[in-house]
Amino acid sequence: MANIVSPLPGVFYRKPGPGKPPFANEGDTIEVGQTVGIIEIMKQFTEIQSDVAGTLESFKVNEGEMVNPGDTIIVIREG
Amino acid sequence: MAFDIKSPGLATTVQDQGRTGHYNVGIPQSGSLDQYSAELGNALVGNTAKEAVLECTYLGPALTTDQDAVLAVTGAPVEVKVNGEPRPQWTRLQLKAGDELSFGVIQGGTRYYIAVQGGIDVPEVLGSRSTYSLGAIGGFHGRKLEAGDRVPVGSPLDGGAVPDVDTVPEEFRPVFAKEQTVRIVLGLYDHRLTDEGLDNLLHGEWKVTPVADRMGLRYSGPGVKWKEREQPFGAGSDPSNIVDAGYAVGSIQIPGGTQPIILHRDAVSGGGYAMVGTVISADMDLVARAAPGTSTKFVAVSMDEALAARKELAERKNNARAALGLSG
Repeated sequence: MANIVSPLPGVFYRKPGPGKPPFANEGDTIEVGQTVGIIEIMKQFTEIQSDVAGTLESFKVNEGEMVNPGDTIIVIREG
Repeated sequence: MAFDIKSPGLATTVQDQGRTGHYNVGIPQSGSLDQYSAELGNALVGNTAKEAVLECTYLGPALTTDQDAVLAVTGAPVEVKVNGEPRPQWTRLQLKAGDELSFGVIQGGTRYYIAVQGGIDVPEVLGSRSTYSLGAIGGFHGRKLEAGDRVPVGSPLDGGAVPDVDTVPEEFRPVFAKEQTVRIVLGLYDHRLTDEGLDNLLHGEWKVTPVADRMGLRYSGPGVKWKEREQPFGAGSDPSNIVDAGYAVGSIQIPGGTQPIILHRDAVSGGGYAMVGTVISADMDLVARAAPGTSTKFVAVSMDEALAARKELAERKNNARAALGLSG
C-alpha cells in the first residue's frame, strides 16, 4: 500500500469543479503522475498526483474537508 | 548570477523589509511576513537586513543556480534538499554552479525563506524590492514566480564576508506551534462590542481558517455581538460597519460579527469595518506563522506593554545576531 499525502494545507476536492465527475474513484487503476484530487488554499487549486501506479484502495479525506501538510488523502494498492 | 526556476511552488515571491511610506495612497508595506526569519537568513549569508529574499508559501520551489552560491533557508520547518540530498535549515549552505535546491513537505508554520548572498537583485519600486501581487508592483515583474523564470541574484557585499558561526542556535529559532497567544491593543472600536462580544474575543478559542494569505488571516470561533445603533450617514447597514477609515497593519475587523480578520502586510489601507483591536508589532511575525487550524487566544495588552514587547523582540534579534558573531 502507498499513501498519497497532501504537501500543503487546504480544502480537498475530488472533482475539478462543481457538477464535474471525480478525478478518480475507489477501484480505479491509477498511473504514475495521474491527478487524483485538488487542494484549495489562498484561492489557488493545486493538483494532487499519484507518485505510484496501482489501484485506488480508499479515500482518507472526504470531499470539502480540511487537510494539513503530511495528511494521507488516498491509499493506493501498488501493482 | 541567477536562479532558474524549475517549478515555482505555490506562491514564491521576492520580499524584503517592505515598502513603507505609501500606505496613505493605498500601497501597502508588503515585505517578508516573517521578518525575524528572513532577517536571520540574510545574516547567515553575510547580507544586511535590507537584501531581498524568496518567501516560499507551503510548497517551495525547485531551482538551480548558474554560479556557486551561498544561501540559507530559515522560517517554517521543511526538509531542504540540494541535488535531492537533505541539508540543514537555519544553516549556511554552499551550492556549486548547476546545483538544484528543492524542498520536502512543510512540517509546521506557513512560510520559509531562501536568503542568498548578494540578495535577490530585482529593481526597487518605491524604495523596495518586495512583491505586491495584487497591485502587480515590485518583486519579479510584480508577481509570484513561475516555471522558467530567471531570477537575478546580486553581487556579494563586503567581498563575500560571512559571520563566524554558520548556524542559528536552536534557542533563537522561532517556535512553529499549533497554539498561539497573540497580544493585541484594543481599539478604536472595541466600545462598539457588547460585553459578551468583547469577552468572546478575549477569552474564546479562535482557529485560523484556510482563508489566510498575505493580505490577512480569517479566524473561526465563537463570534461576537455588536451593540445595536442607528448607523451614521455613510456607514453600511451592519453594526460592524463604520464610516470609512484608515486601517492599521495588524488591525482586526469582524465583519458581521462572525469571523475576525487580521490584516497583514499586503492589506488594503482603509475601509468600512470597525477595528476592535490591533495586533502588536512584536507579534505580527507570529501571526504570519499561523497555519490553518492553529488555535489562537487573543490577549489585550497596554501600549506600554506593546512597546516593551517590541524592544524585547529587537533585543532577541540582536542576541541572535551576536550568537552568529555579528555586532548590532
